[in-house]
Amino acid sequence: MIHYFEGQLGHALVIIAFVTSLLSAYAYFRGRNQDEAWTDFGTKIFYVHALTVLGIIGTLFYLITNHYFEYHYVFSHSSKILPVYYQISCFWEGQEGSFLLWIFWNAVLGIILINTNKFWKSPVMFVVALTQVFLASMILGVVVFDVKLGSSPFMLLREVIDAPIFKTNPNFIPEDGNGLNPLLQNYWMVIHPPTLFLGFATTVIPFAYCIGGLIIGKSKEWIRPALPWAQFSAMILGVGILMGAYWAYETLNFGGYWNWDPVENAIYVPWLVLVAAIHVMIAYKKSGSALKLSMILVVASFLLILYATFLTRSGILGNSSVHSFTDLGLSGQLLIYLIAFIILSVFFIAKRWKDIPATKEETSTYSREFWIFMGAAILCLMAFQVLLYTSMPVYNQVAGLFGLDLSLAPPTDIYDAYSLPQLILSVFLAILSGTGQFFWWKKMDGKKLMEELRTPFIISLIVSGLIIVIGKITEPYYVILLVSCVYSISANVKIFIGVAKSNIKLSGGSITHIGIALMLVGILFSSGYSSILSTNYTSMVWSSEFPEEVNRDNLLLFINEPRQMKEYSMIYRGVRKETREEGYVDQNELAPTNDPLKVIKIASSDTLTLISPENSYFEVEYHTEAGKQFTLFPRVQINKSMDMIVYSPDIKRKLGADMYTHVRTFPDPDQEPEWSEPKEIKVKMGEQFFVNDYVATLEGMQPISEIDGTPLSSGDVAVKALINVQGEFSNYSAEPIFVIRDQEYVGRIDDQVNDLAFRISIQNIIPQENAVILAYQTTQKDWIIMEAVKKPWINLLWLGTFLLVIGFIVAIRRRYLEFVKMRNKGVEA
Amino acid sequence: MKKQYIGAIVIIAIAITMIISMTGDASSYVSFDEAKVLSEKGFKKSIHVVGELPKTASGEVVGIVESPDKLSFKFEMIDENGLKQQVLFAQPIPTDFTRSEQVVIVGAYQGDKFVAEKILLKCPSKYQEDPEFTS
Repeated sequence: MIHYFEGQLGHALVIIAFVTSLLSAYAYFRGRNQDEAWTDFGTKIFYVHALTVLGIIGTLFYLITNHYFEYHYVFSHSSKILPVYYQISCFWEGQEGSFLLWIFWNAVLGIILINTNKFWKSPVMFVVALTQVFLASMILGVVVFDVKLGSSPFMLLREVIDAPIFKTNPNFIPEDGNGLNPLLQNYWMVIHPPTLFLGFATTVIPFAYCIGGLIIGKSKEWIRPALPWAQFSAMILGVGILMGAYWAYETLNFGGYWNWDPVENAIYVPWLVLVAAIHVMIAYKKSGSALKLSMILVVASFLLILYATFLTRSGILGNSSVHSFTDLGLSGQLLIYLIAFIILSVFFIAKRWKDIPATKEETSTYSREFWIFMGAAILCLMAFQVLLYTSMPVYNQVAGLFGLDLSLAPPTDIYDAYSLPQLILSVFLAILSGTGQFFWWKKMDGKKLMEELRTPFIISLIVSGLIIVIGKITEPYYVILLVSCVYSISANVKIFIGVAKSNIKLSGGSITHIGIALMLVGILFSSGYSSILSTNYTSMVWSSEFPEEVNRDNLLLFINEPRQMKEYSMIYRGVRKETREEGYVDQNELAPTNDPLKVIKIASSDTLTLISPENSYFEVEYHTEAGKQFTLFPRVQINKSMDMIVYSPDIKRKLGADMYTHVRTFPDPDQEPEWSEPKEIKVKMGEQFFVNDYVATLEGMQPISEIDGTPLSSGDVAVKALINVQGEFSNYSAEPIFVIRDQEYVGRIDDQVNDLAFRISIQNIIPQENAVILAYQTTQKDWIIMEAVKKPWINLLWLGTFLLVIGFIVAIRRRYLEFVKMRNKGVEA
Repeated sequence: MKKQYIGAIVIIAIAITMIISMTGDASSYVSFDEAKVLSEKGFKKSIHVVGELPKTASGEVVGIVESPDKLSFKFEMIDENGLKQQVLFAQPIPTDFTRSEQVVIVGAYQGDKFVAEKILLKCPSKYQEDPEFTS
């Protein structure tokens, strides 16, 4: 039975949410100049809006957890076997759900803003509510004058998919859903999207303060309340980006954490601009200069978020990205959203431009502003560079409008296109963040600067010199980046010690800068010096067709056959399943049941629970010459309904390096292996013989009364042979069965030993000789092709991230308390 | 001249450099013929070629030769102009290779061989959400 009510309720709530956001935006606009009646009205409406949003989310989640597969969204993103925490991920796998997540955060932030800032409530909430109007319109799913407005998550399957079954049976409900994309079945995908969308949502706040300030003519007072929010936003967005990077590192098999994918770039760019904006805002607070620049950067960071949304959701990126959303036909609406806010921003900035005080005095080289502007300029250049390259599909489209065929393809050399220019600019960033801090805290002149810089400079030369010698770093760019990062760390540590002595609450900046420099060092080593351990040196005739410089980075491992790989001896042990009760269990020891989640362990007849039936793990042992060993379990996830095969790495984490191992390919489990011609041998009881070069013993014959749980009928006779085979590492038993039905038909059921790649059957029994004739066939042994990469000092990246967050928290706290203090004094405007 | 102006000029100069180097770094979608001409002219950079794998009437992909150690393979691809070319790839065969509807190879001619560095596959199932229902 189709559950109509829930969907209709959800759709109705979406419409209410849209209307209330529109109403409250209007009310707040009317109340912009401290008009209490309109403001209160707007606030009430906004509360209704927030409740409605909660209602939408609750309804959609209800549909998902109850497996209402008659709904398209539930069908396409969920399935029955998904555990609850992945049902949460289903929620935002689709575009509609992720818009909903954004709307949710905006509503929450709106309520926080309403309750923390009375003076700014109306103008700020006007902008926030206005973004809600556009966001809610994306999931509206209403047709107005033949134009489809938004894509609702509450559409029935039959309304979306034109399958023939609905013609014959409109009430058809699929048994199970398509399931969650295997790539997203990862715990990071439970927390990464909410974090990222919180980051997205928070960027509107500094923007709202800025535009709100311009609307009411307070073109400079908005900075104080906006600053802690801008910092919070940059922190959350930064954490969100890095979570995504960590997810990619753990789940995707491109061998790293950052791929300069358009989707990654699209968020990296606004983040850089936001960070630049924060710096300029702080400079303004200190000295009153560069108000215009603050405005432009704050506005730009939000507009870039909208541009990122447009890029990743309009389908314009096409196939140049691994994780952009599919096109829902929203591109027009997204473009209108972007253009509307560009017009709004340009209009108000232009309107007040004359009133905005410009900086009059010349900026001296020894002033802190000079250094801050340099830093902001570098950040913006970094952003511009990435933006320029990421927008290539847009150029193709725009050129297409004028009838030109650009057919620009994404750059093939990621290093040259992105990594190198970003690396060069980060060198300046590191130097500036080290030096600029000295100007920040003290009045400087040439002589004093030399004094201050002497110690960090000497320390950085010694330390980086040692690292260069020990780590054999010869690449000139890397040397320069390393020296400047070490310099930045030592200079900021010196600053930190100085500031912490007087007031630790002010140390946010230096901690953050140490974090950034550590991250850069971590990136430098883990990416620049990642080494492929599985490089293939065997010179085969076949490969001579390839040009010399083509490396073959993978290693073929046959089951239980050790292979040497650099300093490790590797053994592939076979395919494992992960069970809740016993951890990894050999796939060959398990028998399936009717429930996909349950399996039976053959040896003990215990029922075990699979953590995810789609996942299989390849047990790979690493042995070092010193006799140490560890085991990795790289994964393959086979999702039948989506027809996807996804390989994920397993990582051995050591303090100084990560060992990253992933499987490239393995024999297709659906494909029947090719068997050799059967070989017959006559074996007496207790005799030893060879099967596929393994020593086997025929231990005896045993009459049996049932086959696979089915009892034999009265006229049938069956025996099984008990054969013991010695493998390289353990013994296996094979029990082929010989059946005589109705005293005349002979049946042979062979037994297969997967690990040893043979199957054996009883051809005939010769009672007078006490012997049997066995036949065996061999096939290729089970194998995997894997790649192993060593990533040195990647932990510095994560440590740096951690410091970055701490630094931000310290800074946010400071700026927020400043705001609260002034607010309570009544100095808000 | 004010320092601000000098700074602005420097920034604009860097930005322009970036734009120029972008036009140089951008790859392009070409056919095998054009790729060949480019490589004969001494153009060393990788380009994108879009094409399909040759199939028999029953839909089976032909022309794939795997190396004995499975670590590399060669295959044939027909570009959008209908030209067939053998392509070498120094990686194991991607799992859903034969199922792909369209193949984009990134690489260059080296002599008369096309050596791919990267293969992008477009598989029908991943992009078409419409499932086939049976009941």
